[in-house]
Amino acid sequence: MSAFREIARNGIWKQNTGLVQLLGLCPLLAVSTGFVNGVSLALATVFVMAMASGVVASVRGFIPHEIRIPVFILIIASLVTVVDLAMNAWLHELYLVLGIFIPLIVVNCIVLARVEAFAAKNTPLAAAWDGAMMGVGLMVAIAVLGGLRELIGSGTLFAGIEMVIPGAQALQLLPADYPGFLVAILPPGAFIVLGFMIAGRNWLDARAERRARLAAPAQASV
Amino acid sequence: MTEPAALNASLRNAAILTVFAVLFTTLMAVTYRATRPVIEASAEQEKLKLVNEVLPAERYDNALLADWIVIAPPHAGLGLSAQDEPLRLFRARTAGAPAALVFEAVAPDGYGGRIRLLLAVGADDRLLGVRVVGHKETPGLGDYIDPKKDRNKASPWISQFDAKGFGEVAAADWKVKKDGGRFDARAGATISARAVTHAVRRALQFAVDQRDKLYSLPAQSALQKETP
Repeated sequence: MSAFREIARNGIWKQNTGLVQLLGLCPLLAVSTGFVNGVSLALATVFVMAMASGVVASVRGFIPHEIRIPVFILIIASLVTVVDLAMNAWLHELYLVLGIFIPLIVVNCIVLARVEAFAAKNTPLAAAWDGAMMGVGLMVAIAVLGGLRELIGSGTLFAGIEMVIPGAQALQLLPADYPGFLVAILPPGAFIVLGFMIAGRNWLDARAERRARLAAPAQASV
Repeated sequence: MTEPAALNASLRNAAILTVFAVLFTTLMAVTYRATRPVIEASAEQEKLKLVNEVLPAERYDNALLADWIVIAPPHAGLGLSAQDEPLRLFRARTAGAPAALVFEAVAPDGYGGRIRLLLAVGADDRLLGVRVVGHKETPGLGDYIDPKKDRNKASPWISQFDAKGFGEVAAADWKVKKDGGRFDARAGATISARAVTHAVRRALQFAVDQRDKLYSLPAQSALQKETP
């Protein structure tokens, strides 16, 4: 059980794809103009990563080492196509917003990286869990980034939620006459906010480490 | 590895790759079959919803999406260059009589490139409505040309073209106020407004000049290129 907890910790915090590995930045930066867009794409990525890792781990015994990459890509591309068609059919408005970024999950290097580094060597259940948790890590990063950019840029949160949950309403957090802060919505804003998030995460890590170091000798002397 | 062994291994790999390809292609084919009707229906719905924004559904009673003619590029009036896809022009009728023309036009000179417009021109040569259906104008600055992004929800910028024809605003005055014309533009983002205004004028001119021909061509035929 603890192995699974370790995988989750790894995916969400220690090896967070968005904030530590800095992999898959293209969707992270481009789609995080708002909370709903970002999280929706991240959910699609979580699904693809869990499925791809699970499938690859299940059939890894049949895949010769030399042709593993084409087979992996084949599996990932098929799953993404399935997600793409399904979203086009049942979440059409959201599909129009996310546009090109859904098919681009195929070339998101996190997916292939986890399949190659983890799923090809582990049991299907652990691999699916690892894929899902890596995706969740991306989702957390994109949710915070998207939420902050949306709040700073236009003063709302969850704009466009009605595309996913009919009838739901966006929150107007800042006064309605908030003039908006354009830079946050534009691409440079994505880089700036992401930079602060990485700094914040590193600061938290450094603080935890410092505390651990201070606590350890004290315990030893008792 | 000896020669025959190497050959065997590559044949085996090819076979395995083929099996995977067939397997996953099947998966995609099944999904495609399952989702196709829904996707086609929502694409149709999408088109009608857009059309209904410029032309209220009660203004016509024919099967609008089936009554179209093709306009082949290049076409100066609609801003189409030679590389563009052909456009469809839909004809709305009430009890068989012409009611409106619904068609796309392009403003090639937006701040962020091409701006795609959808217009409805009534049989009385007045605009019924204009919508921006695709643009890359700066978010928060030039994108007020799209009423969804316009902060003035009560009377969005683009609605000033409603019910206007060359009878209301002469073609020579069909410019933004900054250029001495009759149409508003937001300060600091005139380029987007100017591009749209000019494209609307050209498109309206086209619809007025060719009105009778456009309504009378048989459905699903092509508009012949103008021969000078």
